[in-house]
Amino acid sequence: MTVFLQLFFTFFIIGAFTIGGGYAMLSLIQAEVVTQHHWLSESAFTDIVAVSQMTPGPVGINTATYVGYEVIYAQSGSHFLGILGSLSTTLALVLPSFLIMLLVVHFYTRMKGNPIYEGVMAGLRPTVVGLIGAAAVLLTLRFGPGLDVSLVKENFPDWSSWVFFGLAFVASYWGKFSPILLIVLSAAAGLILY
Amino acid sequence: MTAPGRVSLLRLFLVFARVGAFTIGGGYAMIPLIEAEMKKRKWIPVEELPDIVALSQSAPGLLAVNISIFAGYRLRGLPGAIAATLGATLPSFLMILAIAMVFSGFKDNPWVIKAFRGVRPVVVALILVPMIKMARSGNRSWWAWPLSAAALIAVSVLGISPVWILLCVATVAYTLAVMREKGGRR
Repeated sequence: MTVFLQLFFTFFIIGAFTIGGGYAMLSLIQAEVVTQHHWLSESAFTDIVAVSQMTPGPVGINTATYVGYEVIYAQSGSHFLGILGSLSTTLALVLPSFLIMLLVVHFYTRMKGNPIYEGVMAGLRPTVVGLIGAAAVLLTLRFGPGLDVSLVKENFPDWSSWVFFGLAFVASYWGKFSPILLIVLSAAAGLILY
Repeated sequence: MTAPGRVSLLRLFLVFARVGAFTIGGGYAMIPLIEAEMKKRKWIPVEELPDIVALSQSAPGLLAVNISIFAGYRLRGLPGAIAATLGATLPSFLMILAIAMVFSGFKDNPWVIKAFRGVRPVVVALILVPMIKMARSGNRSWWAWPLSAAALIAVSVLGISPVWILLCVATVAYTLAVMREKGGRR
């Protein structure tokens, strides 16, 4: 029961603090679910993100639904409790947006162009960029106590992983390949090469 | 609320469910579909659409969800907001759940392991690319890059929760903005 409450509370906070869309949300989910609570490993989280990017709908919702199911299922072994877990994370994620958007609709003419509001947003935007970068770093490197840095071996087991990474980066950044196509292609390449 | 004729809640739910079920690739992919539906049905005046997108972007949460809440509320009030949000999220919720239930039984399958060994480094690249694009279009002032770097290091190396970082930055930015306002008025 306490895990349900923790999941609900955690995803409520994630929903309330996500500024800048789905990728910003991934960084918050990563920080809470992997780094803080150790509910999932880096590699399990990476798999979930991959599946969430391929499934229709917002990436943040998909990831939250999947994480809710996975965390509860891993602990209980019950599909039914897993479904309840995914319900609680998804609901918790949407609830803050709901409350805040209702206020925004009421005040929306007054908020636009308000210099204080714009000032706060000007500070938050570059911060969010850093948060998303941190999510990518934390799926690659593990920082132990002191200055102990190691590679996340499950995500980058050998040099060939870096070839996958480099090709995907180039194809997505300059080639404008869609994420779905890249995930499908890399899965096929993995099946053939490994 | 003067909507052209009253839109039924079921209709709202179905329209947003269609958008939710057919957009792959997340929130930004949903915007043009939602816009097209709104225009086609004349639900919301065309000149209001950019405002709705901008406000949904700056409010916390997911863009697609925020737009659904906004549009649903404008059309039918609170019940409309609930119907539109349920519509936008339910299809992906059910799909992901089905995948999660099936996949948890296949995780140790050697084929699945091979496929995901190829996919995992790609996912990291796919998180990095939008981040760099956001930085290049959004980081215009001199302090933006050090701020991004500081947030990155604080979360990854120092293990500080993003929630605290966002709260601190928002507080400082708010204080600075208020001080600037007062200074400007004097």
